Amino acid sequence: MSQADAAAGETRTMNMVQAINSALDAAMARDEGIVVLGEDVGFFGGVFKATEGLQKKYGKTRVFDTPISENGIVGVAVGMATYGLRPVPEIQFADYIYPGLDQLVSEAARLRYRSAGEYTAPITVRTPFGGGIFGGQTHSQSPEALFTHVAGLTTVIPSNPYDAKGLLIAAIEDNDPVIFFEPKRIYNGPFDGHYDRPVSPWSKFPESAVPDGYFTVPLGKAKVVRNGEDVTILAYGTMVHVALGVIAECGIDAELIDLRTLVPLDMETIETSVKKTGRCVIVHEATKTGGFGAELSALVQEHCFHSLEAPVERVTGWDTPYPHSLEWAYFPGPVRLTEALKRVMQD
Amino acid sequence: MTGRNLPPLSLHVPEPAFRPGDPVDYSSFEMPVAGAVARPSIDAPTSALRDMSYAMIRVLDDEGRAQGPWDPRLAPETLLKMLYGMALTRAFDDRLYRAQRQGKTSFYMKCKGEEATSVAAAHALDYDDMLFPSYRQQGLLIARDWSIVDMINQIYSNRADRLKGRQLPIMYSVRAANFFSISGNLTTQYPQAVGWAMASAARGDTRIAAAWCGEGSTAEGDFHSAMTFASVYRAPVILNVINNQWAISSFSGFAGAEATTFAARSIGYGIAGLRVDGNDALAVYAATQWAADRARGNHGPTLIEHFTYRAEGHSTSDDPSKYRSADESVKWPLGDPIARLKKHVIALGIWDEERHEAMDREVAEAVRAAQKEAEKNGILQDGLKQSFDSMFEDVFEDMPWHLREQQRQMLAERKAAGI
Repeated sequence: MSQADAAAGETRTMNMVQAINSALDAAMARDEGIVVLGEDVGFFGGVFKATEGLQKKYGKTRVFDTPISENGIVGVAVGMATYGLRPVPEIQFADYIYPGLDQLVSEAARLRYRSAGEYTAPITVRTPFGGGIFGGQTHSQSPEALFTHVAGLTTVIPSNPYDAKGLLIAAIEDNDPVIFFEPKRIYNGPFDGHYDRPVSPWSKFPESAVPDGYFTVPLGKAKVVRNGEDVTILAYGTMVHVALGVIAECGIDAELIDLRTLVPLDMETIETSVKKTGRCVIVHEATKTGGFGAELSALVQEHCFHSLEAPVERVTGWDTPYPHSLEWAYFPGPVRLTEALKRVMQD
Repeated sequence: MTGRNLPPLSLHVPEPAFRPGDPVDYSSFEMPVAGAVARPSIDAPTSALRDMSYAMIRVLDDEGRAQGPWDPRLAPETLLKMLYGMALTRAFDDRLYRAQRQGKTSFYMKCKGEEATSVAAAHALDYDDMLFPSYRQQGLLIARDWSIVDMINQIYSNRADRLKGRQLPIMYSVRAANFFSISGNLTTQYPQAVGWAMASAARGDTRIAAAWCGEGSTAEGDFHSAMTFASVYRAPVILNVINNQWAISSFSGFAGAEATTFAARSIGYGIAGLRVDGNDALAVYAATQWAADRARGNHGPTLIEHFTYRAEGHSTSDDPSKYRSADESVKWPLGDPIARLKKHVIALGIWDEERHEAMDREVAEAVRAAQKEAEKNGILQDGLKQSFDSMFEDVFEDMPWHLREQQRQMLAERKAAGI
């Protein structure tokens, strides 16, 4: 899997947090314009430790704590980008990003367009998202569809340590704003949705072999995680691993695509797969109505209509706020995905 | 309603002093004396500056003489350059307002009565200081000698519009003049200016940033965020609040003016605050210069309230006679910024009525000629001046497949429809 060149250096075993930290380190070492800002990211190294050691290494003017103001964090990041820096703000939880929405939607996303290229906002907003951690409604949300709907934003969601590092460096180097959602449920190890079973750490999986140095994974390119003939499963983030677990247990020969970037979407890979399998199941943790699955479903219908042998299915979170005690009833886990696959295969 | 024996609560909804048709009486306005406010050193601790938020820095007295420690003692050529800039700004506004009324564009906003808050401020800053304007700071570009033909091209969204017809008229963007792209979402430029200033400081640069917003939009959360970040990081930034008394039809009371001054917002954040007579170009210059020196000396940010009056409507889209007394503008106790600077330079003996009249003719002619030049590139109603497919450019640096597909689709549909 690792196609990194020699410059990427030795390969180490990393979990996703370590890979993200390593990405920031590698990017900052190459470009002194990169600055990291956010709540608790400095001395403490972030509540998930994604920025650990960076302030010590790069100094307080490149890695610093901020007031508890997502509006301010994104707003000053846009200003710093205008100056010529390349800020990487952290929003502590995606659930907290809403006060920063105006600065993302009305400012960062449209700056290049409204100034006809005079000003740009090359910022990468990192933010942990998704549930499965008993975080309740304010630490579990998956708001990616709010961002994929906005012209001018790139939305990236990695599903493993190798991709997390390569995609994050690519996002930072991109000259437009990127929202980088980190599925926090799989920071330490892939999660197949069986919450009652022990979870294995990333070190037991090949995607934890991550080059120590600089490398990128291109934005806008999906990955075929598993080849199959019966049905195409479109997933990203934690759901890639839920799907893998289901495929292993249900005996259906599914082709699994990890989208990695939602916008711009790798439609070519999706189209090739669905035209081959004739069936498509979309799985995401976010609420259903107006979710990114709706866009995927529409695109599959537009591009693959004559190849489809069954209605496109969506397996998503319910259209409710994320509940605390009923987390596993909300989470679109193995039972629901298995049922959806069975339905699709019956048609 | 609860049956408890307590007096009923009442909700206070602010109401301006004067509505349409009301006679205007400003006799309760206590005219601050020119020259009476002390000028603290630029490194004074903010705790020593609190009174500044409730006083008003004025330099020009009623006779047009410069008074007191805030007199910036400007060279005659600077004074006359500021006078020219304000006159050109007003002539520009008059002509482009008429152009909108003539149907040549969709929208315009004048800054009549507020010219000093932009023009004098720009003169007190270095050219490479970064400006984060709101929508009524056309005087900044004019003071920086930016091409008014270029500005009119933008207003007309014509084929020479560098912004490709994408922005509402007057939402300029001029990187070459260190003038940030104007947003229609209010006060978003405030935290951006603070961020720019933080970056400048982090890189050991010497340039500072300045931002402008109206008193009405100090109510936005971005104002609070910007003030907090500016204070925390001692950002080298000047945050200007143009208190022109009106936010469309809402008087300043809806932003809190009944309770305190806008300069006093600085006190809670622990940053320096100044309140100036915004119709006094010398006071605006002096306050801006003080704040710039303070920022350049690493002594932190300054909030400046410019107390002024919006002499015209909010934009071409509203009629101020429907919500306020027309008398307000006429009787505004702080006068007109151009008339006051004119009186000063005449009192100095470096100007006279004859030259002023000649200048007024000159700026009117300059705008007329610029308009004529710009109209060679078309006006809005001439039909579209940009290629259709340019609509899809600059959303991203590289156009992704879905935009290319939509671009192709649009052109194909137009072709199929025979247009």
